[in-house]
Amino acid sequence: MKYGNEIILLALAAFAALLGAAFAQDSQFGAHMWVLFFALVAGAIVLLRTSNYAPVDILAEDKSPYMDGPIRYGVVATVFWGVTGFLVGVVVAAQLAFPDLNIEPWLNFGRLRPLHTSAVVFAFGGNALIATSFYVVQRTSRARLFGGNLAWYVFWGYQLFIVMAATGYLLGITQSREYAEPEWYVDIFLTIVWVAYLVVFLGTILNRKEPHIYVANWFYLAFIITIAMLHVVNNLAVPVSFLGSKSYSLFSGVQDALTQWWYGHNAVGFFLTAGFLGMMYYFVPKQVDRPVYSYRLSIIHFWSLIFLYIWAGPHHLHYTALPDWAQTLGMVFSIMLWMPSWGGMINGLMTLSGAWDKIRTDPIVRMMVVAIAFYGMSTFEGPVMSIKAVNSLSHYTEWTIGHVHSGALGWNGMITFGAIYFLVPRLWGRERLYSLRMVTWHFWLATLGIVVYAAVMWVAGISQGLMWREYDEQGFLVYSFAESVAAMVPYYVVRTIGGLMYLAGALVMAWNVFMTIRGHQRQEEPMPAAAPVLQPAQ
Amino acid sequence: MALLDKHKTIEKNATLLLVGTLLVVSIGGLVQITPLFYLENTIEKVEGMRPYAPLELAGRNIYIREGCYTCHSQMIRPFRDEVERYGHYSLAAESMYDHPFQWGSKRTGPDLARVGNRYSNEWHVQHLVEPRSVVPESVMPSYAFLKETPLAVKTISYDLIANSRVGVPYSDEMIASAEADIKAQADPDADTSGVVARYPKAKLGDFDGDPAALTEMDALVAYLQMLGTLVDFSTYDPATGYR
Repeated sequence: MKYGNEIILLALAAFAALLGAAFAQDSQFGAHMWVLFFALVAGAIVLLRTSNYAPVDILAEDKSPYMDGPIRYGVVATVFWGVTGFLVGVVVAAQLAFPDLNIEPWLNFGRLRPLHTSAVVFAFGGNALIATSFYVVQRTSRARLFGGNLAWYVFWGYQLFIVMAATGYLLGITQSREYAEPEWYVDIFLTIVWVAYLVVFLGTILNRKEPHIYVANWFYLAFIITIAMLHVVNNLAVPVSFLGSKSYSLFSGVQDALTQWWYGHNAVGFFLTAGFLGMMYYFVPKQVDRPVYSYRLSIIHFWSLIFLYIWAGPHHLHYTALPDWAQTLGMVFSIMLWMPSWGGMINGLMTLSGAWDKIRTDPIVRMMVVAIAFYGMSTFEGPVMSIKAVNSLSHYTEWTIGHVHSGALGWNGMITFGAIYFLVPRLWGRERLYSLRMVTWHFWLATLGIVVYAAVMWVAGISQGLMWREYDEQGFLVYSFAESVAAMVPYYVVRTIGGLMYLAGALVMAWNVFMTIRGHQRQEEPMPAAAPVLQPAQ
Repeated sequence: MALLDKHKTIEKNATLLLVGTLLVVSIGGLVQITPLFYLENTIEKVEGMRPYAPLELAGRNIYIREGCYTCHSQMIRPFRDEVERYGHYSLAAESMYDHPFQWGSKRTGPDLARVGNRYSNEWHVQHLVEPRSVVPESVMPSYAFLKETPLAVKTISYDLIANSRVGVPYSDEMIASAEADIKAQADPDADTSGVVARYPKAKLGDFDGDPAALTEMDALVAYLQMLGTLVDFSTYDPATGYR
């Protein structure tokens, strides 16, 4: 029987969730276990309906060279979580401008902001990384995904992690550690899924028919194992009860702070940088039809990037109670990090050598190029902000928020959109995308949205920092804190508009992807091949 | 370059690549984090620091549950403007019992490291119920529901036990009397000599304006009112903490 064991396991897990709900120590854990119960029951029902009672050996085995099912699901999940994450982002941005939009207790800013960051980083970014890494590792190794249905387990397990994390935040289940908010039982589950992910990925590499491991896979592999290390160490905690949601972290105070930012900064360094560089190293050469610019540069920048990144965490703790030497080490390594970061940017951009005209004719290439440009911009801005003198102004302000978004929206978002537009026609066997013109629309909406967002947050952050430290000639502080809050309102409003534009672009993409999957082709003027037309479509 | 040509060996061996990567990414964390568990100035004890009283701990858990760190820091940097605005810069020892730390990274609202004793209980309750009624410029959400939510007191001793397992020096006596202490601290008519003996400087009395009910508002305000008040800076010698 197809899926027999899976259905039994899901049913047993659902029963365990029911027991958890019944014997919960605190009401949040009880509610969370009900969520888990319904998710697992829904999964079991779906499997039952698709089950088949023929003997296993009669069932046609999938003999295709590559396993693309989980990748197709992953691409759809990426689009779905992307739109969700951007939407929650617009909501929290609007809450800061118009605080009456907070709906206590479940939809207050403090509970929604982790939902936004996790949805974008882990749900949108994570699904993009898992899907593209499965695609890339098969093609560059000329091997089918290792472990059979294990890849499906990784996909569905990861979705369950997202659902549990997200509903937990709304219920108030959080460790309040930035980007590591899920509580202990969700963390343990993610660890199991992540080990399965490593097994599938590494197993496929070991089965490869190519002698060399392609450079994109170095980055994906470094991303997978480093995230495993960071996740396990940073989430060490003692639960209050095995039937309760609350836990206390193993470390406290200054040790906890540095462990957390060692994790937090390298979630950026390995989740949002190394993994996405893996994406860049496959999809950019493919889309522009040119080889990677420099093999040697990729070696140097790979090893120096992963070595230096780990040291940069303390720049989140400048002038705090962390010892000075650790702060200075963090600053020095952050500045050095500029070089390997730009090594990656140069290697990506120069891959277009001899094909620069494609920026004009291919909106997907344009998207990828802007992504790499934003990568270069934010990896320059980051080292600048890590300088202690600059950080004394920028820390605690909106500037940090602007910096994060130029990286996340510009680099991670744009390179993912490029990869999605590359993948969808190929994965569903379509001749081309539904509409290239809509890609151009998406490109301009997203780019303008980022520019508005980042520029506004720069101005907001720097004015905020300057207002806090402004003294008059008699030696008194000029502004009360409340006045600096009032000064932010216009920036918060304009920032929301920037976010709305980015969200609108993502909705255009969702429609384009949907229609491509359905097999439609929009009747439209083809993109100009030679004429220098650069008109944005608005 | 000969060295780069040798890279082929790693590229052809997945195990080597895996182990090499793991080694390279381990170094930075080991060098930076390990010393913090041994260095004098990160594990120093400062007079006045004590574990949170059960009511304060429950309040801290509400602070964590609501994600207050997304807008409020608890870490005053040693700058003239911050020290004038918020008080003495924060010491490492002041968060030694914080599992997890809540230093934060963003000040959409002000720093709270020393907000204790700055406002009255009534102000805090009014501010949490309707922030803009006391600070018109505020963009803080309302937390009126805390006043209606009874505080869970039955399981508080388990919280103290979990904390003692991660190194907070809660004695057996503190754990045994946790449930009594959490009720007594917010009850104006209770005998609070035990609470004060176990948790010096603990703020006593009704916090939420309703002496009859022990609510989450009581706990959160009790926590806010003790923030930054344990160390007496009139007697603190900064030379001992110099680094």
